Amino acid sequence: MEIFRIINDFILPPAKSTVAADHDFLFWFVHLASFLLTFGIIVSLIYFLIKYRRKSEDDVTPVITHNNKLEVTWSVIPLIMALITFGWGFQTFLKQTTPPDDAYEISLTAQMWMWQFQYENGARSAGELHVPANRPIKLVMSSRDVIHSFFVPDFRIKQDIVPNRYTIAWFNAIEPGESIIFCTEYCGAGHSDMLGKVIVHEPEEFEEWLAANAGGGGEKPSDLPPAEWGAQLAQENACMTCHSADGSQTVGPTWQGLFESNVTLTDGSTVTADENYLRESILEPNAKTVAGFPPVMPTYQGQLNDEQIDAIIEYIKTLK
Amino acid sequence: MATAEASSNISKVQVRRYKPEEYAEHNYLNVAKGLWSWLTSVDHKRIGILYLVTTTFFFLVGGVMALLLRIELWTPAQTFVDANTYNQLFTLHGAIMIFLFLVPSVPAVLGNFILPIQVGAKDMALPRLNLFSYYLYAIGSLIAVYSILHGGIDTGWTFYTPYSSQTGGAVTSLVFGVFVVGFSSILTAVNIIATIHKLRAPGITWSKLSLFGWSLYATSIIIILATPVLAITLLLLTMERIFGIGIFDPALGGDPILFQHFFWFYSHPAVYIMIVPGFGIVSEIVSTFTRKVIFGYWAIAISSLAIAFIGFLVWGHHMFVSGQASLASMVFSFLSFLVGIPTGIKIFNWLATMHRGSISLRTPLLYILGFLFLFTIGGFTGIALATLALDVHVHDTYYVVAHFHFVMVGGMVMAFMGGLHYWWPKMFGRMYNQAVAKIGCLLIFLGFNLTFMPQFIMGIQGMPRRYFNYIDQFQGLHQISTIGAFVLGIGFIIAIANFIMAIYKGKKAGANPWGSRALEWQIPSPVPPHNFDHIPVIIHGPYDYHQPMADFQLGLATNGHAPAHGAEISAEKQETEE
Ligand code: HEC
Ligand SMILES: [Cu+2]
Ligand SMILES: [Cu+2]
Repeated sequence: MEIFRIINDFILPPAKSTVAADHDFLFWFVHLASFLLTFGIIVSLIYFLIKYRRKSEDDVTPVITHNNKLEVTWSVIPLIMALITFGWGFQTFLKQTTPPDDAYEISLTAQMWMWQFQYENGARSAGELHVPANRPIKLVMSSRDVIHSFFVPDFRIKQDIVPNRYTIAWFNAIEPGESIIFCTEYCGAGHSDMLGKVIVHEPEEFEEWLAANAGGGGEKPSDLPPAEWGAQLAQENACMTCHSADGSQTVGPTWQGLFESNVTLTDGSTVTADENYLRESILEPNAKTVAGFPPVMPTYQGQLNDEQIDAIIEYIKTLK
Repeated sequence: MATAEASSNISKVQVRRYKPEEYAEHNYLNVAKGLWSWLTSVDHKRIGILYLVTTTFFFLVGGVMALLLRIELWTPAQTFVDANTYNQLFTLHGAIMIFLFLVPSVPAVLGNFILPIQVGAKDMALPRLNLFSYYLYAIGSLIAVYSILHGGIDTGWTFYTPYSSQTGGAVTSLVFGVFVVGFSSILTAVNIIATIHKLRAPGITWSKLSLFGWSLYATSIIIILATPVLAITLLLLTMERIFGIGIFDPALGGDPILFQHFFWFYSHPAVYIMIVPGFGIVSEIVSTFTRKVIFGYWAIAISSLAIAFIGFLVWGHHMFVSGQASLASMVFSFLSFLVGIPTGIKIFNWLATMHRGSISLRTPLLYILGFLFLFTIGGFTGIALATLALDVHVHDTYYVVAHFHFVMVGGMVMAFMGGLHYWWPKMFGRMYNQAVAKIGCLLIFLGFNLTFMPQFIMGIQGMPRRYFNYIDQFQGLHQISTIGAFVLGIGFIIAIANFIMAIYKGKKAGANPWGSRALEWQIPSPVPPHNFDHIPVIIHGPYDYHQPMADFQLGLATNGHAPAHGAEISAEKQETEE
């Protein structure tokens, strides 16, 4: 068993959900069977090349136009193997995609280029999905803009998230730990930065986290200065996939030296980047767009409360 | 297949043997001079060469883009271009390779050049249409090039909505270019079907049609049925972008999944448009270089048609995680498994042909061996992808990227290269340097494996495709892949340079350097302006290696009434010329 696990981990990501083992078993079946068949084909090919290489220009070859028995054999055996694989694949697929009735529901909103999770008691998190171990979790997912896709390699699950409709994914994580989330449907410049994390807690620890964040998690942790909290929020809310703190230009303008600078807008006018301007940029990004940048920033109206916005502004102020 | 004697409608004709001249001083290459004579020629051979030059150009452009992408992926973060440029590069790499190279290459280059000769005709059935379709292709490509220079496109070659309805850039013009190129394919396909139906020389019954001809026939059916759907889809997309009519964009009340159905309804069959002609080349080369009757002629011919047909019903396997109903996914998965069977049958048939053959390992066959190895892997990983549960994990990862490169490059491009090495002496009358050709082939094979094997592993481990940045864990594998891409590139450059050298410096190849029985080898090299100086008469199939060569060099002896095209005939009397 242990040896199987080592081989498994060598090629597949660690198996951290209940369906992963089923998937991996099928994975090895298909790939080993394919390997054996390919190997057989290649060996006979090489054997023929050596045994039947041309000895003289007047070699006479036999006339074999067909052989019904042989042809039926090599059509029917692959067909049977294909049908087995198909049935097995479908059965495992149903397990992978059908959540149990008692699954714990969390809603996921995807947008360029971030993941936002909302829990039953109003708690929220961005980029990080908190879940208890050993409990089926059902994600009800929707998108604010284009198609994204929720992929957790460790869990062997993937599901597209389509605007204007809900799609569902589920998993049951078998042990506490962290697993990476990738977006696997191309969604523009920040697609490859649209990463997230699943944080699997012990059940009690999860309840604590949930209680502490009830009501939206908008309270500032008491031990943090506002600017540091702001830095954390900017990270969590994916501001940093479009903005940099070190002067490099990405999708959006850098925040370095932004505060109190003169910003040129698309209509040619200039404004001073004071607190009000920053606040407006976050809540109504398209009211004033910066010259030379596309109007792609999403609004954070209803997602960040005043205290959080203030903290982010404090953070921007520190970036001289 | 009824024997010639038993059938009642056999016509008897007087035939005589025409032994081909080895080198035709007067040939299609020098019959007229100057660029203008090339650009206005309706000769199928010249049009084939025009396509060869143009598609090779786009292959090189797409290839350079691939190398740029691979360089960018050398490090996990930005290496030398920014994310937007990277996204445009992979979009254009895909769109150029697929629409401007893979789809037209075999039918329009080798199909145009070889097919009329293989059926014993002077030209394609509709020569002017043939030239027109070349110009449509050229115009479509120019529009595509214009879009690259004019803002670029960053949607991926799949143009998924709503991203493609919303993003800036020249989506509309690229889509229009692809639309025009699509019409060019349709016209070529019509021409191929007409040629096969109407222009087969006396004696070429359906059971004596070359397997390359059969594969082009199957391909043309797919092209004619599927390409209009692509055209409709692209038109709808354009209407949405220009007039804001909501079809696919949910912001306008449309349905983005509908686009995927439309798109893959064309693009899955397109996979077969690209690979099936390759199968035809493999059959020709395997038979010639084993000097043996092809095993399972009908199985190979019919399996192409079966693939063409079932291939229309599997598009939904690209959408297993899109949110389509499980029932639909089940049906699509099932049909995808079915389509694998005829493909497997072909591989077994080729193997069986080699069994007890007289195998000569020349460059064309070397490419076909590469094809068999790589395409088998491409096929089996396709089976893995058709398995619902496995697709969920590897969908949209590098596993898929590796899979389709194994099928498209490992399969189709290897077959195309094999075909070029096979027919080059016929096309230009000169032989390339064999040793250099083998080195090129070997580098392409090694470079290919080095590039794409690591991508399978990355995909299994979860590396998503179309990623500009990636997590550090994958750097080692990405670097191996990048190195492989350069080896691959060098291999192609050697092969292409060798071809060009052959035209100027190669030794005269002779009419039939490989000792093949196929009809195109029974006329001089390079091909004379009108292919045949007599109406050829065919009494054996193109793979009947147990029959004497003399039987394959027959033409009508009298100028009397020729039997109907494709009629079954028996030869009355043979006189040898000279
Ligand atoms: C999808 C990419 C994206 C994300 C995510 C994003 N922004 Fe922006 N942001 C932009 C772009 C592009 C601009 C410039 C155009 C404009 O003004 O709308 C911009 C402009 C701004 C400005 C004005 C900057 C200036 O130079 O005048 C501020 C402030 C700002 N964003 C803050 C934020 C904050 C805070 C967050 C996270 C809560 C965030 N942005 C998330 C893309 C983004
Ligand atoms: Cu994405
Ligand atoms: Cu497909």
